[in-house]
Amino acid sequence: MRIRAQVGMVLNLDKCIGCHTCSVTCKNVWTSRDGVEYAWFNNVETKPGTGYPTDWENQARWKGGWERTKSGKLQPKQGSKWRILSNIFANPAMPEIDDYYEPFDFDYDHLKSAPEMEAFPTARPRSKITGERIEKIEKGPNWEEILGGEFAKRSQDYNFEGIQKEIYGEYENTFMMYLPRLCEHCLNPACASSCPSGAIYKREEDGIVLIDQEKCRGWRMCVSGCPYKKVYYNWSTGKSEKCTLCYPRIESGNPTVCSETCVGRIRYLGVMLYDADKIEDAANMENAHDLYDAQLGVFLDPKDPVVIETARADGIPEDWIKAAQESPIWKMAMEWKVAFPLHPEYRTLPMVWYIPPLSPIQNAAEADAIGTDAGMPDVKTLRIPVRYLANMLTAGDETPVVTALERMLAMRSYMRSKTVEGVIDEAIAARVGLSGRVIEDMYKIMALADYEDRFVIPTTHREQVEEAYDLRGGCGFTDTNGCSTGASGKSLFGGAKKPLKMPSEVM
Amino acid sequence: MFTDFDLDFIIFGIFPYVALTVFLLGSIARYERDPFTWKSSSSQLLRRKQLVWGSILFHVGILTVFFGHLVGLFTPVWVLDALGIPYALKQWMAVIIGGPAGIAALIGGTMLLHRRLVDPRIRQTSSYPDIIVMVLIWLQLAIGLLTITQTLQHMDGAEMVRFMTWSQSVVTWNLNAWAMVVDVHWLYKLHIFLGLLITMLFPFTRLVHIWSGFAAPFRYLMRPGYQIVRSRRKTALPKRVGRPATPAE
Repeated sequence: MRIRAQVGMVLNLDKCIGCHTCSVTCKNVWTSRDGVEYAWFNNVETKPGTGYPTDWENQARWKGGWERTKSGKLQPKQGSKWRILSNIFANPAMPEIDDYYEPFDFDYDHLKSAPEMEAFPTARPRSKITGERIEKIEKGPNWEEILGGEFAKRSQDYNFEGIQKEIYGEYENTFMMYLPRLCEHCLNPACASSCPSGAIYKREEDGIVLIDQEKCRGWRMCVSGCPYKKVYYNWSTGKSEKCTLCYPRIESGNPTVCSETCVGRIRYLGVMLYDADKIEDAANMENAHDLYDAQLGVFLDPKDPVVIETARADGIPEDWIKAAQESPIWKMAMEWKVAFPLHPEYRTLPMVWYIPPLSPIQNAAEADAIGTDAGMPDVKTLRIPVRYLANMLTAGDETPVVTALERMLAMRSYMRSKTVEGVIDEAIAARVGLSGRVIEDMYKIMALADYEDRFVIPTTHREQVEEAYDLRGGCGFTDTNGCSTGASGKSLFGGAKKPLKMPSEVM
Repeated sequence: MFTDFDLDFIIFGIFPYVALTVFLLGSIARYERDPFTWKSSSSQLLRRKQLVWGSILFHVGILTVFFGHLVGLFTPVWVLDALGIPYALKQWMAVIIGGPAGIAALIGGTMLLHRRLVDPRIRQTSSYPDIIVMVLIWLQLAIGLLTITQTLQHMDGAEMVRFMTWSQSVVTWNLNAWAMVVDVHWLYKLHIFLGLLITMLFPFTRLVHIWSGFAAPFRYLMRPGYQIVRSRRKTALPKRVGRPATPAE
């Protein structure tokens, strides 16, 4: 047993309103730069849909994640090391920028500088890469917002597998949900494993996966290797970039920008202790259905005295152990089993988990024929098909998703009974295998979601990692290269790049 | 003062040392001082068209040609004699292997250069060194292939041995070596000059990725397992007996 700590995240999709505040604040902080205009470390997709980049879940096409070979070995879906190296001149599985979208801006200046004309001046789009006029924007970071576009295209969504999807194209049966996505900071990251330079690494102290910008050579195997398509190639710097889990904030005990600014309070951050020695076996389960359970088996109970003792021996600070004991992630993923990993079948053991959303009861309600199970609606009659959620969260295994949805319904039912009727109905809790006390705890964390309950983040132990004396007079956070700005514009190496001028139209 | 000025001496006697010095010191300086700019500068994200075929043809071709030159020029002549390889045979091998590889590289290079100059996305995001170095390499490939026309006129290998002697003399500090190549055909001379020029420009362009390209297989294949975990701890954690620790940086 080798215990490590990881900062994990849970997103309660039941409360996501799709406002994109997370994406926008993230964008403003991290990717409002040349070369990554198209990149969204955090984006919110409307599901069902093909997502961003288009069709990202189709791993037959993009070769992301891992696969179990016929001989039972675990290797990147892109192939063995030799195979990956052989693609170094041209990566066949790499998306093109048009699979995301061509970044654009508008001729805003024209609105105030246009001469007097018969027609009202308009701000027309231009490419942020070439500066050329784009006559029609064909794609954006959230092109399918609230079921935009035709069903035929959206229904290519991979999660429809095994579902008779045609009826969901009908107006009466249509359904939707939001899926905010960011780097999963996997326990078994496929991006890191496919990097020939060894530039991508997982941090031992907090599990954050980062790209060393000075070691990255732009071989771009990580872009195709990541099954979530959350590694982005910066076409300006020639280096890959990804979500950093806002590590400067996490290190000081603050939530990530996306979590901090989430108006729906859907995001949770906390510490999970895991056994690093179990990772390989857990990722290599023969049956994809077993992967979710196997990942649960990697996590260690932070209240178990043996675990605590081993964690101390493995150098995990006392306050991190304490944080793990109070971790909202542990409660939702392990105790209540309402949170699930995104696509466990990618075998990356992702660490950003999702609570599936409840949805309205199907139109059966009108017919007064709601399928109920002793007063509680049958989750199979929810508008979002359980199979759809299971394809997304448990590699197609419906049982855990059903349990989670039932527990969430039970929580509502129990609390309604308690607050409206003043009756504490332990039977409701018992039916879903919980107790009233646990349900009230669930209610406190998942429904009320106070700041201190959502974010239980211990600070980094700087005394273990750096000598304050050496840091005096330092530059704080810079892009790279000591105190340089990281811009190589006027440097001898790299040459000057013509700045992109956005010509404004003269009429 | 310049009455004895001899361009051949400058180019074949002095310039090789200038070029190699700049190449080596420049590479080291850039790697040390500006590692953030050390990259392959791939443009595959912006346009896949013409890149996949172009890049593979170009790289496979030019690597074959590169190693052909390396082995061909720097194998000592006495090794050939000891092994009993006739000079003419070696020259034939050079033409038979290098010719098709050069053509592949030129076709690939043409596709890449065309794409770089004509595709608006690639053109706009190219730096001047990106374009200059691509043009130089294209010219070098074309001239290199043209020299084959001269080579075929004297297949006894004598001319080739002169180039071998010259390049080996350069790296063994025989400063009179330049005289060896004074009276060869001007195509060869131009080819050598361009080669040295590209070597000199190497550290200031994206060509530095060649170093990394040669290093990558070793780095990747020799890395234990797939994953990399880095620890910032000043004092390392105690080693566990039994299972090997996850490879750390």
